[in-house]
Amino acid sequence: MAKKRVVLTFPPELTEKPLTYHLVKDFDLAINILKAKITPGEEGTLVLELSNGSPQKIDEGLDFLVRHGVAIEPLSKRISLQEEECIHCGSCTAVCKSGALSLGEENRLVFDRDKCIVCELCVTACPMRVIKVIF
Amino acid sequence: MPMTKSYDEINEKIKTGKVVVVTAEEIIPMVEAEGPAKVLEKVDLVTTATFGPMCSSGAFLNFGHSDPPIRMTKVWLNDVPAYAGIAAVDAYIGATECSETRGLEYGGAHVIEDLISGKKVKLRAVSYGTDCYPKKEIETNVGLEDLNQAYLFNPRNVYQNYAVAVNSSDRIFHTYMGTLLPHYGNATYTTSGELSPLLNDPHYRTIGIGTKILLAGGEGYVAWEGTQHNPAQERNELGIPVSSGGTLALIGDLRGMKRDYLRAATYHKYGISLFVGVGIPIPLLDEEMVRQVAVSNKEISATVYDYGVQRRSRPALGRVTYAELHSGEICLNGKKIPTAPLSSLYKARKIATELKEKIQNGQFTITAPVAKLPYRDGVKPLREEV
Repeated sequence: MAKKRVVLTFPPELTEKPLTYHLVKDFDLAINILKAKITPGEEGTLVLELSNGSPQKIDEGLDFLVRHGVAIEPLSKRISLQEEECIHCGSCTAVCKSGALSLGEENRLVFDRDKCIVCELCVTACPMRVIKVIF
Repeated sequence: MPMTKSYDEINEKIKTGKVVVVTAEEIIPMVEAEGPAKVLEKVDLVTTATFGPMCSSGAFLNFGHSDPPIRMTKVWLNDVPAYAGIAAVDAYIGATECSETRGLEYGGAHVIEDLISGKKVKLRAVSYGTDCYPKKEIETNVGLEDLNQAYLFNPRNVYQNYAVAVNSSDRIFHTYMGTLLPHYGNATYTTSGELSPLLNDPHYRTIGIGTKILLAGGEGYVAWEGTQHNPAQERNELGIPVSSGGTLALIGDLRGMKRDYLRAATYHKYGISLFVGVGIPIPLLDEEMVRQVAVSNKEISATVYDYGVQRRSRPALGRVTYAELHSGEICLNGKKIPTAPLSSLYKARKIATELKEKIQNGQFTITAPVAKLPYRDGVKPLREEV
């Protein structure tokens, strides 16, 4: 399954257009909204995970957005965990709604990077300050 | 005649290498399978442990005298103020004190962690100068090896049970119970449950003043009842408090402590705390003691409080067992809430196992309390005079 994570920036005049609808309908893309900040009349941002059987479909969908004036950047931010400094307290798991951070075998912290949606709540929830955002 | 064991008998077994020790988790299935009388014949000691954030911690330090000498009236360690309102070169560095230059990112807890890690810290002190202590200012670097005395003296550690925190409000709360998501988005809890020291000795029979313990990996002692010690807390049918009960004041030399079991922490928008690792052995004196250490997570309850209400008495919303808390989800008034611990069960188990091995190797003997912890009224609130 091809997958791509992107950060979309909408100019104010586009925030009221149903662009994601077209991504689903016209390009057959599965859309997972990781983060959204859209206020009518203001610039909006949307972090999406797009998936489809073919990478070509994803690129066509993104081209469609660019043609409509949406700026696209790959989601390059990611969460890094300094594992050797972790005390496995579990505080970060309290805020991790995506289930990327959990306590596993022997109650040790497990970080499943594929599930992480970079919401960044764990960064401040970690009392050891060993979780950081990397750009 | 029911079997009993004395502290002396158990210590004799430790010295001759015949002692049998298991952790407070390991004993549970043993007692379930064989009953307390059989287990008492086989097992002499149970080890308990916890590794959690304990704000009420700090260390007394003696710096030695400079030449000419100074009567330090204000002291900073790596820019963190230490209390110096005691004799000339004594100070107390409190865990939660913040750096004057780095705010919440560095504090007293970090100073203590740095010292036990073998790092030097910058000592700065000022004075008004006296005939016997003429020097008015000093700045130098000191490490643990330079100090005369350096001992942890924590006024309140090892809480016997504690709250489960949720947040009913419509915004995120940043608390000492971690990040609490709005609309009951999560629930946090903070004891090691069936492995926790005072939950295995609910009436303070063997844990008392003078009990030798493993404190942050080194040897320490129970010094006194902890502040806000509350044996009068409501108890369940097994005699176990259903929320914060007894507490301990602990003392121990910083030398010999390990960073693995003592770590500085910062709770976002709350402040600095110190994770302290504590291991306490419980001697199985008789069948009653075996029954108490066999307590399991499904028999220990904690009370859920709404931290979204910013008052001293937060609304109690219900009770849940540690078995439920460990399952990852609790059900409160029909609503499912995901749970997360704040204290490290992984580390607590390491401590309980390390203490078990020390006892098996004859490196750690046990002590009877020289005095019992008090068993009296609860905690008084602070009234404001108008």
